[in-house]
Amino acid sequence: MSDEQFIIEGTDFQKLLDALRQQGYTTVGPTVRDGAIVYDEIASVKDLPIGWTDEQDGGRYRLQKRNDQALFGYVVGPHSWKKFLHPPVLSLWKARKNGKSFEILPNRNDSPRYAFIGVRSCELHAIFIQDRVFTNGKFIDPHYQARRQKVFIVAVNCVQAGGTCFCVSMKTGPKATLGFDLALTEIIDGQKHYFVVEVGTEKGAEIIQRVPAKPAQPNDIQIAEERIARAAQQMGRHLDTTDIKNLLYRNLEHPRWDEVATRCLNCANCTMVCPTCFCTTVEDVTDLTGTEAERVRKWDSCFTMDFSYIHGGSVRASAKSRYRQWLTHKLASWIDQFGTSGCVGCGRCITWCPVAIDITEEVRAIRESEQVSKKGE
Amino acid sequence: MAVAVKPQTIEISADPMVPVPYRVLRVRRETPDTFTLELEALTSAFGHPSPVQTGEGSGVRAFAPGQFNMLYLFGVGEVPISISGDPAQPEVLVHTVRAVGAVTRAICALKRDEIVGVRGPFGSAWPVAEAVGNDIVIVAGGVGLAPLRPAIYHLLNHRHEYGRVALLYGARTPKDMLYKRELSEWRGRFDIQVEVTVDAARPDEWRGNVGVVTTLISRANFDPFHTTALVCGPEVMMRFTILELQKRELRDDQIYISMERNMKCAIGFCGHCQYGPNFVCKDGPVFRFDKVRELFGKREI
Ligand SMILES: Cc1cc2nc3c(=O)[nH]c(=O)nc-3n(C[C@H](O)[C@H](O)[C@H](O)COP(=O)(O)OP(=O)(O)OC[C@H]3O[C@@H](n4cnc5c(N)ncnc54)[C@H](O)[C@@H]3O)c2cc1C
Ligand code: SF4
Ligand code: SF4
Ligand code: FES
Repeated sequence: MSDEQFIIEGTDFQKLLDALRQQGYTTVGPTVRDGAIVYDEIASVKDLPIGWTDEQDGGRYRLQKRNDQALFGYVVGPHSWKKFLHPPVLSLWKARKNGKSFEILPNRNDSPRYAFIGVRSCELHAIFIQDRVFTNGKFIDPHYQARRQKVFIVAVNCVQAGGTCFCVSMKTGPKATLGFDLALTEIIDGQKHYFVVEVGTEKGAEIIQRVPAKPAQPNDIQIAEERIARAAQQMGRHLDTTDIKNLLYRNLEHPRWDEVATRCLNCANCTMVCPTCFCTTVEDVTDLTGTEAERVRKWDSCFTMDFSYIHGGSVRASAKSRYRQWLTHKLASWIDQFGTSGCVGCGRCITWCPVAIDITEEVRAIRESEQVSKKGE
Repeated sequence: MAVAVKPQTIEISADPMVPVPYRVLRVRRETPDTFTLELEALTSAFGHPSPVQTGEGSGVRAFAPGQFNMLYLFGVGEVPISISGDPAQPEVLVHTVRAVGAVTRAICALKRDEIVGVRGPFGSAWPVAEAVGNDIVIVAGGVGLAPLRPAIYHLLNHRHEYGRVALLYGARTPKDMLYKRELSEWRGRFDIQVEVTVDAARPDEWRGNVGVVTTLISRANFDPFHTTALVCGPEVMMRFTILELQKRELRDDQIYISMERNMKCAIGFCGHCQYGPNFVCKDGPVFRFDKVRELFGKREI
């Protein structure tokens, strides 16, 4: 890849979508629905959240009008790209009765070729994390693999951070540094509205050739870098990750887990919005005649009682143990399992928690009390 | 300008979630609620060889003692069940199943020639190779004897490679004892010490030991410095067994346990079987005790 960067004018953004669609991609990206920015199929620039931004804090999310026409002037919403790569409901196979026996008909994986428009750096990292879960071990999930291999990624660098963001702490943003086909930085400067475009792959270079683009000047690149650096200064949250794995392993019986359990509603929102949470359950069903059966895989959550059920009862019967499982998995055991943190600092679990439980605050409470007790020794 | 491109062709991996049909050869009633099934592969009739299959095309899958399969009953569901047969005879797949819920009840109701879906084998194994030269103590509680039986077969098949072998088995009542005929056969051998106990029994039905399985540990003959212990049963039973073994001066790295957790995939994807950093389906079910000691001491992990 050359290091060359390009400029696409705001008014030419539609042409980027067109080029991708002409190449056979199903373009999916941000759009406003029911008062939130969600990811869905988009055909036109008009589908994008033009002129909207999101105000986020613990348990709070609100769309607000910006005073410009930015296409990507928001941060992240309740959806993540995992719904396309690791669908919430997926038929794994069907089976047909055949006398005493049965025949299994695997799902053919004819999923669309998606082009993701507007992937944030933290979200890219979340995709890399799920790659490790589904395609890096002894077994490979062919459903994930089929979708993932076909995807075209248009990343968008963050030039403003959200109220619950902490990608800087997790070293996952705000600038997309790898894994994209194209990465855009949206610049609005008075009357000027354009994108500085970095090309990540051959596929990205081919698309750029089909869109009116001119070489970026050093000044354009510098402006983009400055805006991204500004976002890095605005992080709404901060998480000290020093020795975090051992910190949490050491404190599996910390009283803070009892305390957070009194607030947590066990609603499972945090696991549903999290871009890295991958847990699923399966449902085996038959049709009414009993001749056709199907196995359906669905997102599941470690916050449910059934999740850990074995004959005689749930292993994690208390709310405390379930919250502890979730947080220690994200920030500690994930590191042992997959060699990375399971948290990218996107802040969704904080924003979408109905009672504003904050992962960064929970870790801080445990860390600080440990320091106090150390001093007291 | 519109340029049509050929969709990329991608080699998609076979789906490890797709079961392979097996035929029921025989069903044996072990206890009122526990049955042993013998299964045979049907791959010749249905062409979906499992990706985890070994011995290409043969439908015969080698397994190691302690490993398990996922058994699928048409339209009902799929559950993890240990392999309880002889690893030297993998042509016949043997499972011992206790009926406790929807799927296991349906499995226990299977008849000869009916079909069950199989995925596997999965998971870690009892350390029969590492234990060569050592004395072996096997402690089993209830259905926990099933995943240990392949290890017992292996030890007996390779008897000269090991020192003394003791099998300590506890069941709730005499009726709940698995493999009664084999147990008495093994008792008749001079090269394996077999001790059996039941939690409770009427005097007219049982003249043997009464008490929990841990009471047998003091009777087992072994040299604590050169012994490997294999333990499987309910978690409380394993907890007390470990305490007794520690009293007999076994170190934690000489003790192996087999853990049970909810499982929806057996291949590391569903997350249900997590036990701290471990996935019981792939890092377990058999763990060397020192590796999970910290977790084992804590509740609701
Ligand atoms: C590695 C491993 C090996 C096993 N080996 C054997 C064996 O050799 N023989 C045997 O009889 N049983 C064995 N079990 C337990 C067996 O899997 C459960 O009894 C079975 O899953 C119960 O399912 P059900 O639908 O009949 O019961 P239900 O109670 O109706 O099941 C409801 C749900 O709980 C899950 N579940 C219930 N009990 C257990 C359990 N004990 N362990 C894991 N998941 C459970 C089921 O998968 C299902 O999701 C083993 C479990 C594991 C993890
Ligand atoms: S744990 Fe919370 S902040 Fe971290 S990646 Fe998941 S949703 Fe985002
Ligand atoms: S932490 Fe918040 S979002 Fe997560 S389950 Fe508890 S109440 Fe729901
Ligand atoms: S059983 Fe699904 S991850 Fe282990």
